[in-house]
Amino acid sequence: MSSAHATSTYVPKSRAAKWFESRLPLVGLVHSSFVAFPVPRNLNYFYTFGAILIAFLGIQIVTGVWLAMHYDPSAANAFESVEHIMRDVNYGWLLRYAHANGASMFFVAVYVHIFRNLYYGSYKAPREVLYLLGVIIYLLMMATAFLGYTLPWGQMSFWGATVITNILAAIPVVGDTIQSLLWGGYSVGNPTVNRFFSLHFLLPWMIAGVVVLHVWALHVTGQNNPAGIPIKSSKDAVPFTPYATIKDVFAVVVFMILFAWFIFYQPNYLGHADNYVPANPSVTPAHIVPEWYFLPFYAILRAVPDKLGGVILMFGAVLILAFAPWLDTSRVRSCNYRPVYRVFFWVFTANAIILGWLGAKPPEGGYVIASQICTAYYFAHFLIVMPLVGLFETPDRLPGSILETVTGPGKQVSGSGMPAGAAAEPAKRG
Amino acid sequence: MRIALLAAAGLLAAALGSTGAYADDGHAPNPPREKWSFAGMFGRFDQAQLQRGFQVYKEVCANCHAMKLVAFRNLSEEGGPGFSAAQVKALAETYSVKELDDSGSEKERPARPADRFPPPFPNDKAAAAANGGKAPPDFSVLAKARTYERGFPWFVFDALPFTSYSEQGVDYIHALLTGYEDAPKGFEMPGSGYYNKYYPGHVIAMPNPLSEGQITYPKDDKGQPVVPETVEQYSHDVAAFMAWAAEPHMMARKALGLRVILFLIVLAGLLYYVKKQVWKKVGGEVHGLQPELHKTY
Repeated sequence: MSSAHATSTYVPKSRAAKWFESRLPLVGLVHSSFVAFPVPRNLNYFYTFGAILIAFLGIQIVTGVWLAMHYDPSAANAFESVEHIMRDVNYGWLLRYAHANGASMFFVAVYVHIFRNLYYGSYKAPREVLYLLGVIIYLLMMATAFLGYTLPWGQMSFWGATVITNILAAIPVVGDTIQSLLWGGYSVGNPTVNRFFSLHFLLPWMIAGVVVLHVWALHVTGQNNPAGIPIKSSKDAVPFTPYATIKDVFAVVVFMILFAWFIFYQPNYLGHADNYVPANPSVTPAHIVPEWYFLPFYAILRAVPDKLGGVILMFGAVLILAFAPWLDTSRVRSCNYRPVYRVFFWVFTANAIILGWLGAKPPEGGYVIASQICTAYYFAHFLIVMPLVGLFETPDRLPGSILETVTGPGKQVSGSGMPAGAAAEPAKRG
Repeated sequence: MRIALLAAAGLLAAALGSTGAYADDGHAPNPPREKWSFAGMFGRFDQAQLQRGFQVYKEVCANCHAMKLVAFRNLSEEGGPGFSAAQVKALAETYSVKELDDSGSEKERPARPADRFPPPFPNDKAAAAANGGKAPPDFSVLAKARTYERGFPWFVFDALPFTSYSEQGVDYIHALLTGYEDAPKGFEMPGSGYYNKYYPGHVIAMPNPLSEGQITYPKDDKGQPVVPETVEQYSHDVAAFMAWAAEPHMMARKALGLRVILFLIVLAGLLYYVKKQVWKKVGGEVHGLQPELHKTY
C-alpha cells in the first residue's frame, strides 16, 4: 500500500488517535484510499459501477446470511424451506426476491464494468494485475451464482446442476473425480445440495478477499479514465472524497431503483418458471436454460458438436479475457482515440448479445450455425482483431492532459466556470 | 440410478446440440391475455373473487390436486381471500388430519387453522396410481410454475413499467381450463387423454373439470348469483385464487414497492443536487493532493 499510503494527508489529532495510528495506521490507510486518493476528474458514470458492485456484494452477503438462517439444504426439504421463507418468514419474500434479483443485478453491473474496461483499455499496462484480479472475481461470481441457483432445488436447479457437473466430467484425467466430488455420490442428489450450499456460503468471502486486492491494486496504479491518459498534474485529478464519493452514492441509489423495480414488480422475470416445479430426477424439462448471464457461454458450449471441445471453448471464452493485456498491441488505451478498434468493440459487444440470445434458443438448425459463427467471431476478436488492429490503426491525436478533455485545449480553468456535467461526460468521440 | 443415467445422457445430448432431447411443444397457441385485478403496479386481489376461486378449488380441483404449502390460517391472513378467523376455524374442522398419539399409533383429529390443506391422496404414488400414472400437480405454486414463451420483442416490454406483464402463468391456467374442445380433423388422439387447445402437445390426462352451472355461487338479495355460473367465470376465479396461493404476500409486496421506489427517486434527486453542488467547486487548484508523491505512468 506504499503508494496509496504515501498520498495520505491524515494527521491524527486526539491523543487516542495518535496512540492508535502509531501502532496501526488504519485510519490513515482508509483516509488515503477513500478520502485523499486522487481520481481523474473526467470520469463518467460508467466508472461508478465499481461502487455499485461493492454495494451488491454487501447486499448479497447480508440477504444471503439471513436466508441461510431459514433455508434447509437437503434434497427433501430445500424446495419447501424456500417456500417457507416466501410464506411464513417475516419479510422472507423480500429477502429472497432481493437475493435472487440481486444476483442478476450484480451481473448487470459486472458486465457494464467489464465492457467499460474493454472500451477504455483499462486492462493495459500498468493495470494488468488489477485486471486479472477482476477476471478472478468474475469467475468466482459465476461459480457462486451457479451454486446459488441450484439451492431452491426446483427443476432448473436440479437439471442445471446435472448439465454443469456432467460438463466437468469431460475434463481429461481428473474430470470424473471432480464430478463425483461435487455430486458426493453417483448422481446429483442430497449430498450435492449439502455441499453446494456450503460452497455457496464460502465463495462470496473469497470474492470479498479478492475485491480487497482489486481495490488495493487500483490504488497503486490509480484509475484509468475515458481519455486513457495518466494524471499529469493535480489539475487533472480531484480527491476521492467528496467528488467520487457523492457521485458513486448517487449512482448506487439510481441503480437501486432498477433493483427495486425487479424485486417488487417483476420478481420472477429474470428467473425461470420451471424452478417453481420441485426437482424431479425422472422428468427432464423441455428446455434446460441457464440464467441469462450465462447464456453467451451456454451458446458457445452448444456450438461445438463435441463434448470436450465445447467445454474447452466455453471455459476458454472466459479465460481468454485474462490475455487481453498482451493480445492488444495498441499503446493507446481509450477507444475514444481508436477509430478502427472502436468499431470492432461495438461489433464484439453486439456479437456477445447475439450469443446470449442464441443461448436461450433450442440447439437446432440455424441457431447452431449462427452460434458457431458468433463463437468463431468471439475468439477472432481476441486472437486476430486485438493484435492486428493495434499494429495497423492510426489513432487520433491524444489530448495533452485530462484537464484538456474537460475544458477544451488551451483554456485555463476558472474557479467555478466548469459546468458540472462536463466532468461526467466522456470526450465526445465515442 | 438407471433413470438418473438415462436422464443425464438425455441432458448431455441436449447440451451438446442434439435435437433428440428437445421436447416438441406441439405448437400450442399462446393463451389469450385476460384482465386481472391483481395485475400491474397497483394490482390488488379481489377478495370476493378469491373466495369464489377457493370454492371452485374446494369443490372441484381438490378432489385430485393437493395444495400442500397452503395452511387454513392463510385464508384469513391479510392480502388474501379475507375469510374471518371463525370461518377458517370452522372450515378446518371439516377436514381431518392424521397424527401420532402418545402410544405411537396413528389417529385422526379435526384440522386446526395452523394445519396445511390435507392432500387428497396419501402420497405421490397413490396420486399417480389413481390418475393414470402421473400425480396431478400440487396447486401451491402452480401459477408461478407455468408460463408460455412471449418471444422477441414482447419479452422486453414485459419487463418495463406501464407495459409490465407477469401474469403469464395465470393466463395459461385460464386458457387451459377453457381450452377443451374436440380434436381437429386429422389429429391423431392416443388411447387415453383429452384434447386441449392450449396444452403443450394438446393431449392432456385431465378430463374437462368444469361445466356450466356446476358450482353454486353465493346469491345476491334478489336470489341471483353474484356472477354468472359459467365455465369462463369459474376458470377466472380459480386462476385468481391460484395466483394468490402462489404469492400470498403479493399485495404487501406491491404496496411496499411503491414506497421504496418513491423514496429512492426522491433520495436520488437530492443526491444529484448535492453532487452538482460539490462538483461546482472543481477548478483551479484541488486541495488535499500531493501530486509529487503520486506515481504517474
